Amino acid sequence: MIKVEGLYKSFHDRLILENIDVNFYKGKPNLVIGASGSGKSVLIKCLVGLLEPEKGSIFYDDRNFMSMDYEKKQIIRREIGMLFQNNALFDSLTVQENIEFPLKMFSNLKPEERIDRVNDCLAKVNLQNSNHKFPAEISGGMKKRVGIARAIALEIKYLFCDEPNSGLDPLTSRVIDDLILQLTTDMGITTIINSHDMKTVLDIGENIIFIHQGKKWWQGSKADIPEARKSNPELNSFFRASF
Amino acid sequence: MNFFTEIGRFVIFMRLVLKRPQKWNVFWKTTFREMYHIGIDSLIVVILIATFTGAVTTIQTANQLLTPSDMFPNQLIPKFVIGAIVSTSSLLELSPTITCLVLAGKIGANIASEIGNQKISEQIDAYEVMGINSASFVALPKIIAGIVMIPTLIIVAYFLLMYGAVIATKFISVLTYDDLIEGARMTFNPLYLRIMLIKGFIFAFIITSLSSFEGFYTEGGALDVGESGTRAVTRICVFILFFDLVIAQVFLGL
Repeated sequence: MIKVEGLYKSFHDRLILENIDVNFYKGKPNLVIGASGSGKSVLIKCLVGLLEPEKGSIFYDDRNFMSMDYEKKQIIRREIGMLFQNNALFDSLTVQENIEFPLKMFSNLKPEERIDRVNDCLAKVNLQNSNHKFPAEISGGMKKRVGIARAIALEIKYLFCDEPNSGLDPLTSRVIDDLILQLTTDMGITTIINSHDMKTVLDIGENIIFIHQGKKWWQGSKADIPEARKSNPELNSFFRASF
Repeated sequence: MNFFTEIGRFVIFMRLVLKRPQKWNVFWKTTFREMYHIGIDSLIVVILIATFTGAVTTIQTANQLLTPSDMFPNQLIPKFVIGAIVSTSSLLELSPTITCLVLAGKIGANIASEIGNQKISEQIDAYEVMGINSASFVALPKIIAGIVMIPTLIIVAYFLLMYGAVIATKFISVLTYDDLIEGARMTFNPLYLRIMLIKGFIFAFIITSLSSFEGFYTEGGALDVGESGTRAVTRICVFILFFDLVIAQVFLGL
């Protein structure tokens, strides 16, 4: 579980996140939704330590991430997998080398054991026989799968997905959503998905956090949405604009 | 951003870079690959520039010192002086400074744009989220490779400058091979060799660290990557020239 308390982040006197208090639960997909520029990506980057919040606390299973020094944060990060909006695959490495990379850095596996693990990860994301292709040679959906496979190559406890469906067709988006849901439940990890794809929200959103103007505006599950839309005009207009 | 802020950012960057690598075998493999890119890939440009500069310097020095003028109708300067001037200026200035100014354009721009591209495509963030010290991972192998290979290229450049000078003696009638070598031998001073190597190490550090720094802090898109490359080359040239002056004053200032 990841717990966030009183998180503030600003850029050049412009407040981006204001007093964010939220819990992200283990074994279920936690969705952060909101309009572009609402602060979703900034929240995720604060959670993984790519941005330094001004105030607040972040607890990874009761371990206070904010009070740790750089070296201790690096150790926590080895329990984190992240799927980036633009995939962030290493373009000079093949699919196999991309997935093998964290294993080379942080495991003591022998080369043949690493290849077995790579093939396991590729099987989990339904992407076999692409080991020796470069990122430039595969489609957008395949890149997302490679990104997920690389994120789960190590035994992770937390998975962050920044806009996993951006640039994908509806069918591939559905496949990626199902894949993330399956990995979350099978591996029992805490997954945080940053999305403005309403299809994703209504399909897999079990813990949804709506960010509006840098504040946590609403939190609930997909079942709570119809009722919440009646009492929450900002959430309602966001949903209406999304369809 | 003011000068002192930039210095502060550079110091913070270098504190991150100069940390123990996470996995030594990955580090050495990357370092040897970078040594190949920096050293072997730059060899052709160094060969061309050093050989031609050596030949041109010899021809021009000979022309200036051996051509009788109205003021000095009878040339009294011994011919070996040309060899002494060419050899000494090659050791002290042409091989370290000119070579590094050229390498600033080639290696500096290359490193800044490579790391800048990794930055804007979130690859640097990916390293960081994996728990890898991204600054050290991308920059340290380049800095170590530069510190090993650039002084080596400078030594190669010195011999090529002298080779260019030897070739020049075939074209000019007033200077022979023996005059050139006699002058070079007579004025050879081990201190000059040390200064050449000291310059090499310092300039290598400037080229690789400044270009890594510029690339690492690139923000935006493709245009910004280009700007980082240009800024890196400009700053490297300024720092090389500044430290060239400082080293000359420290070691040779009267």
